[in-house]
Amino acid sequence: MALSVPAIMKTTAARLSALYLLLFALCAVLLVFYMTSLSARMLTAQTQDTINDEVLGLARAYKKGGLPLLVRVVENRSRQPGANLYLIADANGQILTGNVQALEPGVIDTEGWTTEPFSYKRFGEGELDRLRSGASDTTPSPSDDAAQTEGEKGHNAIALVLRLPNQMILLVGRDLGEPERFRAVIKRSLMLALGMMGLGGLLIWFFVGHAALKRIDSVSDASRRIMGGDLSGRLPVTGAGDEFDRLSENLNSMLARIATLNEGLKQVSDNIAHDLKTPLTRLRNRAEATLSGKHKTSDYRQALEGTITESDQLIKTFNAILMISRLEAGYSTEHTNKVDLAAAVHDVVELYEPVAEEAGVLLEAEVNGAFLVDGNRELIGQALSNIVDNAIKYSAGSAAEPAVRVTLGRVSGEIRLTVADNGQGIPDDADRARATERFVRLEKSRSQPGSGLGLSLAKAVMTFHYGRLDLLPGNPGLSVVMSFPTREDH
Amino acid sequence: MQMPATQTSSEIAYNGSMKILVIEDDREAADYLQKAFTEAGHTAHVAGDGETGFALADAGDYDVMVIDRMMPRRDGLSVIAGLRSRGNTTPVLILSALGEVDDRVTGLRAGGDDYLTKPYAFSELLARVEVLNRRASAKEAETVYRVGDLELDRLSHSVRRASREITLQPREFRLLEYLMRHAGQVVTRTMLLENVWDYHFDPQTNVIDVHVSRLRGKIEKGFDKPILHTVRGAGYMLKGG
Repeated sequence: MALSVPAIMKTTAARLSALYLLLFALCAVLLVFYMTSLSARMLTAQTQDTINDEVLGLARAYKKGGLPLLVRVVENRSRQPGANLYLIADANGQILTGNVQALEPGVIDTEGWTTEPFSYKRFGEGELDRLRSGASDTTPSPSDDAAQTEGEKGHNAIALVLRLPNQMILLVGRDLGEPERFRAVIKRSLMLALGMMGLGGLLIWFFVGHAALKRIDSVSDASRRIMGGDLSGRLPVTGAGDEFDRLSENLNSMLARIATLNEGLKQVSDNIAHDLKTPLTRLRNRAEATLSGKHKTSDYRQALEGTITESDQLIKTFNAILMISRLEAGYSTEHTNKVDLAAAVHDVVELYEPVAEEAGVLLEAEVNGAFLVDGNRELIGQALSNIVDNAIKYSAGSAAEPAVRVTLGRVSGEIRLTVADNGQGIPDDADRARATERFVRLEKSRSQPGSGLGLSLAKAVMTFHYGRLDLLPGNPGLSVVMSFPTREDH
Repeated sequence: MQMPATQTSSEIAYNGSMKILVIEDDREAADYLQKAFTEAGHTAHVAGDGETGFALADAGDYDVMVIDRMMPRRDGLSVIAGLRSRGNTTPVLILSALGEVDDRVTGLRAGGDDYLTKPYAFSELLARVEVLNRRASAKEAETVYRVGDLELDRLSHSVRRASREITLQPREFRLLEYLMRHAGQVVTRTMLLENVWDYHFDPQTNVIDVHVSRLRGKIEKGFDKPILHTVRGAGYMLKGG
């Protein structure tokens, strides 16, 4: 991937990484400071403890054997390798004994702990330095100042200064070289660790970010392809189940929904083309036939009335198509409220009772309890009346005692509104499944009037109410079941 | 005198001409409405957009207004709301291409009195407009309706014709009540479905016809004069001899 640096910085991942890196660096620096100062403080405290112990020991020797014993002990200890600093001076600050050759001036003037680390020079050290430098460099004198600075650099110490009862001065100190070295080691290793971590982070970011960018690029490629017209295309899902997969899955189901709607739209236009063209052609032919040839006035009147009837039917069909589309597209309405299904059953049965009677069909209702659903009374009424209308039409004349039974009750957690007839029904399973599709008019029903949209509309109404419309084989006849979900809180 | 069982709407002499304002931006439709209303014996004025319509309605004294919902410059609902806020109570029928339940409710809430979806039959529009006009002097307050020798008591829920008691089912009573309230006017099938059953959809079968013929059987059987007439291409009309 050939991304230039500014292009990389445009990605969210890079910007976030840069921010994290900055925060990380800040924390790391603070950590180093904290760790080193903490360890230094601990080491100083340890050094002071050691000195205190020494002083206690020397105090005991002084008590036991006075100044001579003290001097002896000091001299003895001074000679041991890696010894602490010892110094005994007279009241004027003249060094009497100990292993310190020179001190920063003023150190022994005040009693107690030295407030600052001071520089000093040990006995014998001067010669050693000189010997060392002489070996490499024969020129006699690096200036005293330079030597002094070097000494100061190399030997810092802290010490406890005490005034003995005879006004002599005792100094016990400890070189700080070791703690300082230790501090340096900690500092170095911390810096190293942090450096490694930073480097590792950068590497990980590069690979992870790279992978993420690749996924995003593949998603944008796929969406570009889909926008380019390949509506069957889907975003890649790797199966890793990560957030990219989840996003792709959601977008894919969105695409599927769009495809369904698109398909529905295409189907509607096909159906409009087919099922509206036929009556329109009929309408046109009738007008043409009436115009050609000689007719009586009453014939013209009849033709015009027929035209009006036919256009009314066309308008009805058109309204039904529009309504189904709006319902299927998730037509939102603010006018949903509690609908009393028992009342809806009562109203529709009452509305159709005379029609049924005229057709010689017994229309009965059986309501088991009161049922309230969230919905639209008009839509439910329309769906139910379409179904009842069909049931009456298809049972009339096809049974010895044609009957339509509307049952409302609760079955396995659902509210079921069933319209059962004892007509011929739809014996074929595939036909039954197709019966709710738009404009499907099964062969046997072609002779019956109607647009072929009644059941499709009922199905769309049920979908709108989060329910289902099922066509079940009756015994004999057909059962159309409207199932509404129940909500426990009602 | 024996009246024919069926008449066409143009044959019905309307006793009382109305002054109608049509606010409709479709020139052709507006002209057609003006011509048709005139033929039906009314006076119709036409405004081509909302602003002009509002000015005319505000100044003139109309019996009924027919207002298109979607118009340039000012839409129908805003015209109605404006008129209502100025105390104008002239009945309004809204014409609209939007026909969903929501649209009708919105229209009626804005101050409309009736709602008709395009495309519509003129006979339907005329029937509704005439009913709206009568509502200005409504029979709402009357407790007993009388048409010819038919009498309906809204309090005791009793119906009699020529002093003979007629028993009706509750829905038949409401059907007759509505027909009697609008006696002498054409009442369409959709108007009956809306006002008696409170449904606004088109039933696949003409269920209303069956209900009406059943009612007709009850109020005409045994009497020599028909009283409930079918108006071909439009609906029904209750009219005494």
